[in-house]
Amino acid sequence: MTEAAGPDLLLQMYAAMLRVRRFEERARELYHAGRIPGFIHLSVGQEAVAVGACAALRHDDYLLSTHRGHGHLIAKGGSLRRLMAELYGKAAGCCKGKGGSMHIADTSVGYLGANGVLTSGCVLAPGVGLSIRMRGTDQVVAVLFGDGAANRGPFHEGVNLSALWRAPVVFLCENNAWASTTAQDLSTAGGSIAARAAGYGIPGVAVDGNDAVAVYAAVARAVARARAGEGPSLIEAKTVRWLGHHEGDPQAYRPRSEVEDGRRRDPIARLRAHLEASALLDATHAARVAEGIEAEVEDAVAFAESSPLPEPEAALDDLLVHYPWSDR
Amino acid sequence: MPLMDFGEALNLALAEEMRRDPRVYCIGEDIVLGVPFGVTKGLAEEFGLERVINAPISEAAIVGSSMGAALTGLVPVVDMHFADFVTCAMDEVVNQIAKSRYMFGGQVACPLTLRMPYGIGKSAGGHHSNSVEAWFVNTPGLKVCIPSTPADARGLLKTAIRDPDPVLVFEHRALYRVRGEVPAEETLVPLGSADVKRAGRDVTVIATARMVGEALLATEMLAEEGISAEVVDPRSLVPLDRATLAASVARTHRVVIAEEGPRRASVGAWLAWVVMEQSFDELDAPIARVAAPDVPIPFSPPMEAFVTAHAGQIVAAARELMK
Repeated sequence: MTEAAGPDLLLQMYAAMLRVRRFEERARELYHAGRIPGFIHLSVGQEAVAVGACAALRHDDYLLSTHRGHGHLIAKGGSLRRLMAELYGKAAGCCKGKGGSMHIADTSVGYLGANGVLTSGCVLAPGVGLSIRMRGTDQVVAVLFGDGAANRGPFHEGVNLSALWRAPVVFLCENNAWASTTAQDLSTAGGSIAARAAGYGIPGVAVDGNDAVAVYAAVARAVARARAGEGPSLIEAKTVRWLGHHEGDPQAYRPRSEVEDGRRRDPIARLRAHLEASALLDATHAARVAEGIEAEVEDAVAFAESSPLPEPEAALDDLLVHYPWSDR
Repeated sequence: MPLMDFGEALNLALAEEMRRDPRVYCIGEDIVLGVPFGVTKGLAEEFGLERVINAPISEAAIVGSSMGAALTGLVPVVDMHFADFVTCAMDEVVNQIAKSRYMFGGQVACPLTLRMPYGIGKSAGGHHSNSVEAWFVNTPGLKVCIPSTPADARGLLKTAIRDPDPVLVFEHRALYRVRGEVPAEETLVPLGSADVKRAGRDVTVIATARMVGEALLATEMLAEEGISAEVVDPRSLVPLDRATLAASVARTHRVVIAEEGPRRASVGAWLAWVVMEQSFDELDAPIARVAAPDVPIPFSPPMEAFVTAHAGQIVAAARELMK
């Protein structure tokens, strides 16, 4: 894998970011229209992290994700139809409606789960790495977590164990500077997540998380290192959360200028400008890409809308592989 | 049948399963030397440090990494050192391991075993002596077994390791040096199979782990008074062998439930409800319970002895039921 993204990869990353953006914008509309139950946490503005990271991963590599994970799954190649159906709580959802937005997994693309408990993926990761090594494959596992999550103990336990085992793990902090409604300078000592890597003797690097190309390059380096058996890396990708912590959070606690500044650093517009300047994309091509994605998203919405809800009794299935139900 | 102690039987089960299946590995704090109870002693010599892994003092990472490994093709056996320490990995056990198969719509299985050395004794005090099985019986998505003899320990641990679901094996630390007959041939004890440890006709004592021994002692004391007590050991709490409990109650019509854990909202409280639900018409007396008072386990010997459930309490409860 090369760290410099070629023209095809750049165009794929552009389309992938647009796919994540349009999916989440539509999910937002549908949520406010009352079509999606529960809570959803959107990653609008953070697309470069999901897409840059997944562009550096193979189909058979693993990804552990967060409660803000729709974009991670889409970037990993997950089905928009099954994802949208899951947000609707439909039987055709990738978790048959038992997971919902915060607890989605799609093992067909190596997506081992979003997580409603922040940081928990960080301790699963070394075990996935151990499994890879004991099975003798050259897969890697990337684990995404937020800056707020990096303050929980399991982050440190997971990085320590991975470093001790030289496990093929890429720790990727999606730093949007807000832990729910608490600003980073009130929650995170030391100011730098990446600097914590030094304490564990592994590489730690901070990148511009609004630059998909920079995220790709950093993750590709970490992936190459992991595949070569040299152990884990920690990457901190600094990005901006445009929307509230969850849909319905008006962000009254946050300076408006911060979001405006974030919008000016829109990762999609940035890559598009780069592609246009390099003559890799023109207005006609861009419109065709956008139309195609619009159709994919609308197809997913139609699929979710027209799918049946699960039978209520399905709530009793899938708990254990073998269960004598006389004991229910 | 060969005689061996409970700890040796568990060691044999681990060695047999690791020989049988290269995906099985053991992980925990100090397990290479087998500290503190000797169960994993000698395994590293046969299977190497790749499969007998001394972990840092890092319970969340020990349990969490085992889940990551289980989701992606391995079969971990985790030594919790002392079950009390599972609190440091509670998210991993109850939110992650217990729920992932269900939340993900059956896409994954989590075939791991958590060995839970637990229980009261030797003034180990409040952080090393508790009976915490009720927490996990109350967590859908986990299986829970709790052997009382060396043969059951070996047979249940082997079944737990082969089970495609997460299984917690509660090993009472006062039993590790208790000897018993273990079949020479490889024997599996199915989950959900209770065992009648002694037949009787007047009262059924339902007991687990160390309390099975106390119940058997109680039957001898009761026999001197002309009371014939039956001892039923559920052996696994999830799944629970309801049929064997019902059949016993249909024979004796009286029930004492004996456990070592605190009384309130306990496994015994739940078993009492199970008996009431399925055998109400068979009961000739209210169900009696023996359990610990609702306090942490104290350090000083006289206080520790005071909160330790024992045969005398079972005798008193049975005697009361026969009035």
